[in-house]
Amino acid sequence: MKKIVPVIVLALLFAIALFNDSALELSPTWSWVVTILLGLAMVVVLILSMTGKMIERRIVFLFVGISLVLPFFMNFTMPLNVSPVVQTLYDALNKLPKGSKVLASFDYDPPSAPELQPMADAFVKWAFRNDIKVIIVGLWPQGPLQANLSVEAAMADPEIAAKNPKYGVDYVNLGFQTGNEFVIQGMGTSFRAKFPTDLYNTPYDSIPLMRGVENFSNIDFVMNLSSGYPGTVEWVQIAVDRFGVPVGAGNTAVQAPQVYPYVESGQLTGLLGGMSGAAEFEKATGEAGQANTFLLSQSFAHLVVVGFILIGNVALFIGQNRRRAPLV
Amino acid sequence: MKREIPLIITFVAGCVFVIQYFIPHWPFNEFEQVFTDWFSIVQAFAIWLGALSLLKFSMLKIQRRQKDWYMSVIIIVGFAVMVAYGAYDGFVGMNANPAYSFRDPGTHFDWLYQNIYTPLTSTMFALLAFFVASASYRAFRARNFQATLLLIAGILVMIGRVPVGDLITQFLPESYRAANLADWIMNPLNATGQRAIMIGIALGTVSTSLRIILGIERSHLEG
Amino acid sequence: MRVAKFTTPLAITAFLMVVLFGALQAQPDAIQRDSLEVATDSLSPMPAVAPLVKPVNPSAEDTPNDAGNSMDIAWELGSDDAARVTKYQVMRSESPDGPYEVVGETTQGQSKFTDNTVAAGVDYYYRIVAVSDPLGDGVTNFASAESDIIGPAVSTGQWFNTRRLNVLLWTLVLSGSVIFYIYRAKGGGNLYIRKIAGIDAIDEAIGRATEMGRKVFYVPGINDMDDVQTLASIAILGRVARLAAESDTYLEVPVSKSLVLITARETVKEAYSKVGRPDSFREEQVHYVTDDQFGYAAAIDGMVVRQKPATMIYMGAFYAESLILAETGNAAGAIQIAGTAQPAQLPFFVAACDYTLIGEELFAASAYLAREPMLLGSLKGQDIGKALFLASIVLGTILQLLGLDFQWLLRVS
Repeated sequence: MKKIVPVIVLALLFAIALFNDSALELSPTWSWVVTILLGLAMVVVLILSMTGKMIERRIVFLFVGISLVLPFFMNFTMPLNVSPVVQTLYDALNKLPKGSKVLASFDYDPPSAPELQPMADAFVKWAFRNDIKVIIVGLWPQGPLQANLSVEAAMADPEIAAKNPKYGVDYVNLGFQTGNEFVIQGMGTSFRAKFPTDLYNTPYDSIPLMRGVENFSNIDFVMNLSSGYPGTVEWVQIAVDRFGVPVGAGNTAVQAPQVYPYVESGQLTGLLGGMSGAAEFEKATGEAGQANTFLLSQSFAHLVVVGFILIGNVALFIGQNRRRAPLV
Repeated sequence: MKREIPLIITFVAGCVFVIQYFIPHWPFNEFEQVFTDWFSIVQAFAIWLGALSLLKFSMLKIQRRQKDWYMSVIIIVGFAVMVAYGAYDGFVGMNANPAYSFRDPGTHFDWLYQNIYTPLTSTMFALLAFFVASASYRAFRARNFQATLLLIAGILVMIGRVPVGDLITQFLPESYRAANLADWIMNPLNATGQRAIMIGIALGTVSTSLRIILGIERSHLEG
Repeated sequence: MRVAKFTTPLAITAFLMVVLFGALQAQPDAIQRDSLEVATDSLSPMPAVAPLVKPVNPSAEDTPNDAGNSMDIAWELGSDDAARVTKYQVMRSESPDGPYEVVGETTQGQSKFTDNTVAAGVDYYYRIVAVSDPLGDGVTNFASAESDIIGPAVSTGQWFNTRRLNVLLWTLVLSGSVIFYIYRAKGGGNLYIRKIAGIDAIDEAIGRATEMGRKVFYVPGINDMDDVQTLASIAILGRVARLAAESDTYLEVPVSKSLVLITARETVKEAYSKVGRPDSFREEQVHYVTDDQFGYAAAIDGMVVRQKPATMIYMGAFYAESLILAETGNAAGAIQIAGTAQPAQLPFFVAACDYTLIGEELFAASAYLAREPMLLGSLKGQDIGKALFLASIVLGTILQLLGLDFQWLLRVS
């Protein structure tokens, strides 16, 4: 029974958060109260570990789960600074004249959506608002379908809906193509050869937006959203290095460190790294989205993890003194 | 000849692949794509081997009522349901006007994919949040100097990567605030380490590939 | 316990019924097809209100280092590019008198275009048309101006990519070093190799499994046989299988790819034969799970939680599932040895496993375990290559500080 209780508590919290939709929102005062209570609970854990009690991993899971869910009920706004790498990407996009064609490669699947979907939503909204043409492709099977979600989210914006971006004229979804980096290589020669039809089986030549688009030399910018292989590294190695087209990227927090060297060398024009990159991009573009709420969850979770790390070290030092270290 | 033929094929294919990288002229410019297409085709056929092997052993497990045999029931049922709906939607879609694929939005197969498979994979991925916490709690202990460095770097990066970090350290000069410290750790320090590891990996890859091409490394052929 | 015995199958049956019921009830939405209104798009320039400044100094040159099906077109922008031009059309013909067809377009401000649709050895003539079409209707305030005709331009294929000369040099140096030391090692003599704790621990880990009477799980990663990490993993698997066979410990190898299944099975079977225990090998020891990343992780986690192996060995390419596997193995109380050349996953393995082989140690493991002179010789050659890399980094840093450009030596095109 003891083992099931944390699971039930978490399941209930997750379920409420999922269906909440701002109906149950804590006021700023209560948000602070709940945060302080969470902090006090961690102090209790610290005291218990100092007395030599073993901290089960389920307790760690419970605290992490609560810290992830609570922000969905809160009304906190955190101050956010746009980092230089995000600003670089935004500035490069802003320099594109109206009517420019941007190739957006959606190279991720639903598990990575919490980090990358807010970036995608902000980008598509910004593109539609600024009359930038968007050509969507995917090197991952689910990528083009995630792109459709971003387009739907953009169309839900009244200002964008009033502009009435037309499929085939203002944006197009060419779908997924198998072949990993060879797709990018083939696109350097001919888009048509790699994507003979769009996602809905419309022939390439029947799509007005694709008229005159033969290869990368007809593209003004590539925006890549990726969570692994094939992804940003392949786009840099082939599209940038071989065909000279500027590429900006959004990556998951795990992949971002691998890609930083390309930003440093100038091969990559800006980088959105993880949830914080998504939130910064939303701030830079002015497109309000979910990244801020997700980032609040992430902030709470990070603090809880740091708290447990400190608790573990305090317990280690005390245990060493007592010649006993509580370990999970 | 059972061992010699694979070695010869490996040698020839390896040499061709190395040479084609430097020669842009036809037909060398097409080798990479052609060989990749061949591999994709072989891979596609080979999936049947794996799938049939999975089904065979699942059925044997059920038949012998071995431990956890009911897990094999789930495997077989899940396999059968997806294949059946995929085949049904594919057949119906092929004959529809306009024709559609079994993967298109709105099909039964797509419903199963979006409502069963996708939430399951997302759930597995979400486990990482909890596992990172428990792994950090267990691993980030200041047992020695290197572990202490790891601990401090880990804490700084975790705090610096979220806005809370700047909030906590806003009283410090800008270059010493959490976000900038985290960037400094990730860019010059982490990137340097990553590059060093990547150089080592590249050299290891060259060495291993040469051993395989020259037939010196044969474990994958003969155990 | 008795309750759990029945509730688990019941819960699973209920879940399956929900799946089937839900799938049967699913009403496929009408397949949405956006009908594209194909806009008529006249490409013929029409008389403009005020003439545009034509693009000047057009050039057409064979793209270097290609197969002969690409031409680089360039021109200088006219003075009214920023104010009036909306696009440039690149037109091509096989005769100077035409007819010309549009082969591509660029936007305002761009003065280059690569024509990737040429045939080698054929004479082509180009002209660049600056177009001002502010409303996009081809009529209102439409203006265009054509450049002079350029040509004949011929594209030819090159037999050597000169931009990869530096790569060729490094390839020859590194390969030469590795091959030299491989064959030098054949002549005998001891080659020193530093201690790698993770590989030494494999013996101990298998011994632990034997004493506890539990299984050894070997996970060869989730990439296919085209990845060198998987090949290195299979090489190590051969050695591990031999140790497991010698100590009569059950080795289980769940794989994610069918080609890996075939290779791994043969490798393990051969290892059992070599130690004289072919009858101890069972086919189900090496079994296919699923190609899907998280399905594979979930299946292995389930096996680990239920069977509680004594030893987990992860060798090969891993992605996000690395920590899921390692933490579950840790919770089950297994001793864990990991090795991968995925830099992003190394921190997770270092935090969760007892021993980790970092990057090139994975590739060295096979040679380390076998202790064959030729394999060890390749490691020495690899180390010489690394020394040369280090020297070039130091030299490059000095040259860069002195303001001398040397990047041609390292840039890969």
